[in-house]
Amino acid sequence: MMLMNNKSVLMSLLMNDKIGSKLIGFIILASIIIALLNLFAPEGSALHVPTYIVSLLGKYLCFALLALALDLVWGYCGILSLGHGAFFALGGYAMGMYLMRQIGDRGVYGNPDLPDFMVFLDWAEMPWYWQGFDSLSFALLMVVLAPGLLSFLFGWLAFRSRVTGVYLSIITQAMTYALLQAFYMNEFGFGGNNGLTDFKDIAGFSLLADGTAVGLFLISALSLVLAYIACRFITESKFGKVLIAIRDAESRTRFMGYRVEHYKLVVFVFSAVLAGIAGALFVPQVGIINPGEFSPIKSIEIVIWVALGGRGTLYGAVIGAFIVSYGKTFFTGAFPEIWLFMLGGLFVLTTMYLPNGVVGLFGRIKANKGEAS
Amino acid sequence: MILEAKENPQSLLYLNGVTKTFDGFKAINNLSLDIAPGELRAIIGPNGAGKSTMMDIITGKTRPDEGEVKYKDVVDLTRFDEADIANMGIGRKFQKPTVVESLSVRDNLDLSLAGNRGIWQSLFFKLTGQQQQRIDEVIGIVGLTEKSGDLAANLSHGQKQWLEIGMLIIQDPEVLLVDEPAGGMTDTETMETAELLKTISKQHSVIVVEHDMDFVRALDCHVTVLHEGSVLAEGNLETVSTNPKVIEVYLGR
Amino acid sequence: MKRLVFLIVCIQQLLFTSLLFAENAENGFDGKLSALIVNSNRQKAVAIEALATLDDARVLPALKAMLDARLYYRKQDKQIVYLLETSSSVSISGVISGEDLGVVEKNTIKKIRINNKLRRILRASISSLELTSSDAELRLNSAKNLIKVPNKTLRQAISAAIETEKNREVKQSMQLALAMIDIDSDNQPLRMIAMQVIGDSISPDAVNLLARLSQRDEKGAYVEQNQEIAELAENRLKDAKSQLKFFKVIEDFIFGLSLGSILLLAAIGLAITFGVMGVINMAHGEMIMLGAYTTFAIQQLFPELIQYSIFIAIPVAFLVSGAVGVLIERLVIRHLYGRQLDTLLATFGISLILQQAVRMYSSNNVAVISPDFISGFWQMNEAVAITYNRIYVLFFSLIVLGVLALVLKKTLLGLQMRAVTQNRAMANSMGIHSSWVDALTFGLGSGIAGIAGVALSQFTNVGPNMGQGYIIDSFMVVVFGGVGNLLGTFFGAMSLGVANKFLEPYTGAVIAKIMVLVFIILFIQWRPRGLFALKGRFVED
Repeated sequence: MMLMNNKSVLMSLLMNDKIGSKLIGFIILASIIIALLNLFAPEGSALHVPTYIVSLLGKYLCFALLALALDLVWGYCGILSLGHGAFFALGGYAMGMYLMRQIGDRGVYGNPDLPDFMVFLDWAEMPWYWQGFDSLSFALLMVVLAPGLLSFLFGWLAFRSRVTGVYLSIITQAMTYALLQAFYMNEFGFGGNNGLTDFKDIAGFSLLADGTAVGLFLISALSLVLAYIACRFITESKFGKVLIAIRDAESRTRFMGYRVEHYKLVVFVFSAVLAGIAGALFVPQVGIINPGEFSPIKSIEIVIWVALGGRGTLYGAVIGAFIVSYGKTFFTGAFPEIWLFMLGGLFVLTTMYLPNGVVGLFGRIKANKGEAS
Repeated sequence: MILEAKENPQSLLYLNGVTKTFDGFKAINNLSLDIAPGELRAIIGPNGAGKSTMMDIITGKTRPDEGEVKYKDVVDLTRFDEADIANMGIGRKFQKPTVVESLSVRDNLDLSLAGNRGIWQSLFFKLTGQQQQRIDEVIGIVGLTEKSGDLAANLSHGQKQWLEIGMLIIQDPEVLLVDEPAGGMTDTETMETAELLKTISKQHSVIVVEHDMDFVRALDCHVTVLHEGSVLAEGNLETVSTNPKVIEVYLGR
Repeated sequence: MKRLVFLIVCIQQLLFTSLLFAENAENGFDGKLSALIVNSNRQKAVAIEALATLDDARVLPALKAMLDARLYYRKQDKQIVYLLETSSSVSISGVISGEDLGVVEKNTIKKIRINNKLRRILRASISSLELTSSDAELRLNSAKNLIKVPNKTLRQAISAAIETEKNREVKQSMQLALAMIDIDSDNQPLRMIAMQVIGDSISPDAVNLLARLSQRDEKGAYVEQNQEIAELAENRLKDAKSQLKFFKVIEDFIFGLSLGSILLLAAIGLAITFGVMGVINMAHGEMIMLGAYTTFAIQQLFPELIQYSIFIAIPVAFLVSGAVGVLIERLVIRHLYGRQLDTLLATFGISLILQQAVRMYSSNNVAVISPDFISGFWQMNEAVAITYNRIYVLFFSLIVLGVLALVLKKTLLGLQMRAVTQNRAMANSMGIHSSWVDALTFGLGSGIAGIAGVALSQFTNVGPNMGQGYIIDSFMVVVFGGVGNLLGTFFGAMSLGVANKFLEPYTGAVIAKIMVLVFIILFIQWRPRGLFALKGRFVED
């Protein structure tokens, strides 16, 4: 009975979100096909998808998840967080620490008890905050807890004192910047400048194996799909309407009797956790996590994914993340000099001419066509 | 709940000696006011008389520097914030119509509907048939039946004012604070609004802040004149408008 | 054997030069200088001391060069030369003639080697020469060296110098130098006198000596034989330490103020664009960068005017950054008024474009040269020295703030600016072209950022990324001080600067910075609108 009920909730969610359900269907189908083509199409054949492409697409999926998380707080609740890169990185570091411990004595120094960088720094023993990361389940818990706690603490302070708008954006950026500085320090204990890398395997599977890459890719796709459904559930509920009310008329919402700061806090923490999960999936697929992920530009790039795709739609964020990430891969390879010009131009043009993003543009074109015929 | 108010309080809202200073400017100066349960009260006064600040203080948006603000004789409102006070049963309409522009008329009312404001409840909330009915009813009261599916952003100024009043009604507060409801309305709309507020005041206490004298006359109720942050005169409109002090303030020497 | 041969060569050399330059040369500078080309350190020592007795302006630079290992001789003619540049090929100049001898291969010259003992002798000789120099700076320098390394052999010279010294500061240093010698003598009354002098000083060497004299052994008795001196030393040490603590606070405070001035300069333009106009300009840091690069460009264009480059750069940087600011306002920001978050994104995009544009011009940091009047330092007392740039930047930031306040208060633009920010519709109806006022206001804020860039080019590396570090700091200052309030910006910048410097000794620079950030976040809890908030019901979010 309960199951039936859940099923119908899911169906009605997807029925109301036509573009979203098409997108989800496409992602599911495409990832299964890509996985099969990598594993079963013979290497060298035109149909074979090389593993590096699978990992690249896996990375895009993580970015899409990250964009989704940001769209939930920005597009629906008006909280322009410039700190989501930090939550992403925290999730990534939690996973990186687990992967680091999995190296065991296969590091350059062959020390079974200490990660390479600690040996290099002449540390006698592992700091307390590295304890427990031998276990995957503990690491996964931290993937959720680290960004969750930080966002809770930060959000609690910020929302309680009613810091809104650009002020909030700036202090989230300041938070990210502070973390960037901290993670750059060797004494902070997370590998300093170089971060964590040289990973060998995850849960017993070698990271070099095709199967592992495909597995991580599929898990990323599944996470994105589940997160999308969860976010859609939120935005379709009364909770989602309260978020929109907060975005459009915060005072009004308070005078309706809603505890605005609690709503903001819940959605902010949820979004930060999603970002952390995206980071945790990202790290094994790219093989490194370093403080660069905390740099302000990374956080603000996420914003442009969402803005370009179309904020406040969820599917727009996913589409935007794919477009910009692919653009980045292509242009940094082909014309590295002009990529930053393009990214900068994208910021300016999107905000000036595409306030509703690509999704909004297509919506408009479609509407015009409908009128014409 | 937060309040353990008496069943039959003597006064619904009681302000005594309230003072609020902004950068040396006394917006509210030793203001005292007593609103009885079920009362319809109009508050008039020139610009800068402290009307909006008074509302801010009652609704918890602004804390007074001194003085007491009591709700139902016992609850000290200065200790609560907007959401608490709203949930105690004090509803407020802004001077500039404020509705959730990107939600439909119906959704705006759905949000305002009296009920639990908790997060968990809102995640799994489903309208009951009765609530559905109540929303339709209020949409009818404020005359937006044809617009019920439209986005609030697409309403005219006057319609937004009415939607906001509708949102207040459906919130079912004990007292409504209404700030310049007739602003930007045509004469007919103004009169309709006055009638609407009079109807509402049969079940709720209503405090109306207004400039428009015709509107106040139409309300036909007790009037308080504010000037420079304190009460200048009180009584029905006739007595107040013949008060020499009031004439001086309004017309100058 | 080898040595003997070498000695013979040297003697031959001596004979040769003396023959060439006749008698005068042998006892004069030329001859005594040539005596340095010997292998024996003892003979070198003799030669140094002989040189030091000469009254010749060329002696001091030669001895200093020797101490710095820049004194060479040319193998072909044994002429002693200065090494001017060290790289694969070097240029040299003659010590005697002073003539430029051009670029030579490094293997054609040979260094006149010295050891530690010679170094000591050199220092002493240099000091005694300097003690009698006509340049007060040199005399002071010499006295300071002698305080660091007391030299008994120079006692006579020092006390003679004290007799004739007129400059109070130099005299004090000489007296301390003398005391540092006397304290180690056997003459107890003399030691006592020296003790008094040392006890009044808080120079690091004097304090170290006091610590040494007041040492106790494990039984608690003084190691120093003379009880009286030991007790006095212990007393004075206590005083000196508390004085030093006091001066350390003053030093931290001044450092903090100068850091605060840098923050103020960086933030002041933002206080206009963000504080007055409410425009969030993420490219503000790049306006600073443009100002710094303007300074660099001017130094490249007019290398002969390096001493004045900063003064030229200030107005030019104002115009460059200001013009870019006006351009940004006209092309982008104008279309986004009322949409702060979108403005934030668009201006961030602009900052990326500006950074990349500069990066393509030169991807590395460029070297901006400091004019002479900025280098150097002010010796407040024996314990505290403040570099001039810290003091200049403090005054400079105050001048910029003052001028800006005047512009806002007294000029037509300032009046129109305030009119537009307070009531745009009213201003428009009074005939103010509010859109041009916006552009000029934004240009003013950006131009001031450019001026800040000129000042900052004297402190930090000038590179494409330099602006990024300032944007967050600037916002913190403006938010902390209270938006729309220049006085608040001033106090915000200064208090954050001072807080940073007082924290640094305990936590290190990075943690201090993080702590300040956390502090601001917590501070906003207490005063959401900053230190000097505009209160009132008109301030709405």
